Amino acid sequence: MSRVAMMKRAQTPVVPDAAASKSLISLQGVTKDYLVRSGGTVTALSDVNLDIRENEFVTLVGPSGCGKSTVLKIIGGIIPISRGRVLFQDRPVEKPSREIGMVFQRPILLPWRSVLDNVLFPIEMLGWPVEAHREQAQRLLRLVGLEGFERALPQELSGGMQQRVSICRALVYDPKLMLMDEPFGALDAMTREELSIELLRIWNERKKTVVFVTHSIMEAVLLADRVVVMTARPGRIVLDLPIGLPRPRTIDMEFTPEFKAYADVVRDAIYSSKKG
Amino acid sequence: MTAVVARNIGVAKAVEYGQAIAAAAIGIGAWELICRWLDVPVWLLPAPSRIWTATLELVPVLPMHTLATLWAIVGGFLLAIAAAVPIAVAVVYSPLARRVLYPPLLMLQSVPKVAVAPLLLIWLGYGMHSNIVIAASIAFFPIVINTATGLEAVEAELLDLTRSFGSGPFKVFWKVRLPSAMPFFFSSLKVAITFAVIGAVVAEFIGGDKGLGYLILSSSGAMNTAAMFGVLVIMSVVGIACFYAVVAAERVLCPWYMPT
Repeated sequence: MSRVAMMKRAQTPVVPDAAASKSLISLQGVTKDYLVRSGGTVTALSDVNLDIRENEFVTLVGPSGCGKSTVLKIIGGIIPISRGRVLFQDRPVEKPSREIGMVFQRPILLPWRSVLDNVLFPIEMLGWPVEAHREQAQRLLRLVGLEGFERALPQELSGGMQQRVSICRALVYDPKLMLMDEPFGALDAMTREELSIELLRIWNERKKTVVFVTHSIMEAVLLADRVVVMTARPGRIVLDLPIGLPRPRTIDMEFTPEFKAYADVVRDAIYSSKKG
Repeated sequence: MTAVVARNIGVAKAVEYGQAIAAAAIGIGAWELICRWLDVPVWLLPAPSRIWTATLELVPVLPMHTLATLWAIVGGFLLAIAAAVPIAVAVVYSPLARRVLYPPLLMLQSVPKVAVAPLLLIWLGYGMHSNIVIAASIAFFPIVINTATGLEAVEAELLDLTRSFGSGPFKVFWKVRLPSAMPFFFSSLKVAITFAVIGAVVAEFIGGDKGLGYLILSSSGAMNTAAMFGVLVIMSVVGIACFYAVVAAERVLCPWYMPT
């Protein structure tokens, strides 16, 4: 119990002026209202403040409908905000940018392109020389264990393999920031654990800032430097918890008391705010 | 081992085909026997042997008529594609085009094309070109609707991705929307080609001196029921050949798509 209390004390928010220069993303008082058909508005996000530093791995966790995907889409410049400010590298976010890579719950690969050509798709769309990036794409595929599948079509791969391809696609143009929206949500439990560890290995090899949305508490704690807990109606942040577990992380850590303590704090934050 | 398996599969296939052919032979044989035993009048239901001899008598003129119909089908089909695809693109990209084009299109679709065909003949005059236009007018609609649906069937997330790459609309169309629409496009072509066959024959019914439709009509005038059956068979063969030509094109142009 004392450990939990200690960790709760550790979740003091980042001192704003000290972090301002170092933070890659900054959400300041972000509110998002949706117009609903009946004519009223629904507040999806209410006064969200979040600073994410460079090379930090942040997981957003919470029940469905808490607005965690909305936060991701706002950072990605896909949807506009109603009030507040969103800064990426100290500049306001207005539209999607090539500095930001995205991985979604479904792999959304192009079924007519081979695995390698799917990974090279961003290069082609950016108008960069494709030949110059072929090596890089092949290296990424090797990194996720898809060597030998370069010429296969997406439909010939399993769901987990397809999601690996979509991760390669997000990495190939080397964006500063990776936004991952429940990327392992549609996979079976075993593939999910395997890919989580693999993602950490990739992240370790080529440092990136990652914002990872999940509704799995275990996944959130296992991956993160910081777990940000959100609750619904209206979507807001109720806990910002630094995770002090050593890296590299392994699946076995899920059974350690430290891990359980962190998971309990996260779970408490989700359920206590639900009751009250 | 694999050779044995392959040969067994080959044998199984041959047996399957053999069964189908045997069933057809039995059916035709029964038809022949019933016509002979019951002495069915030849103008009512000719026996297969009578159909065969009547068709043989048509052989000197058949190639000309078959080619005329085939030309109307293919011409109408291609004209329908040429008209439908740009309209589908316009409807997808311009809300104005959608508002302006869709209502009249839907209205036109609800008018039976067969009933409009005589009007088209008055406007265009008799001849191959009006047969082509009539075939096209029937084949056109499913291509517009399906192609537009296909162009819009791109996942929102994929479009978000292309936006983050700052790709221009032309590139997104060429690299994402068009290939995505291909399976939809081809499934509409399979409907369109059968419609084009109907359109071509209808056009030949109402005004023409050439084509398989005309040949059926003139055989009917002469009470030559056996010849009508013969032309019907040839018409089906032409229709099936056109259909499978489209299927073959689909296999070549979108091999990633496996229609079930």
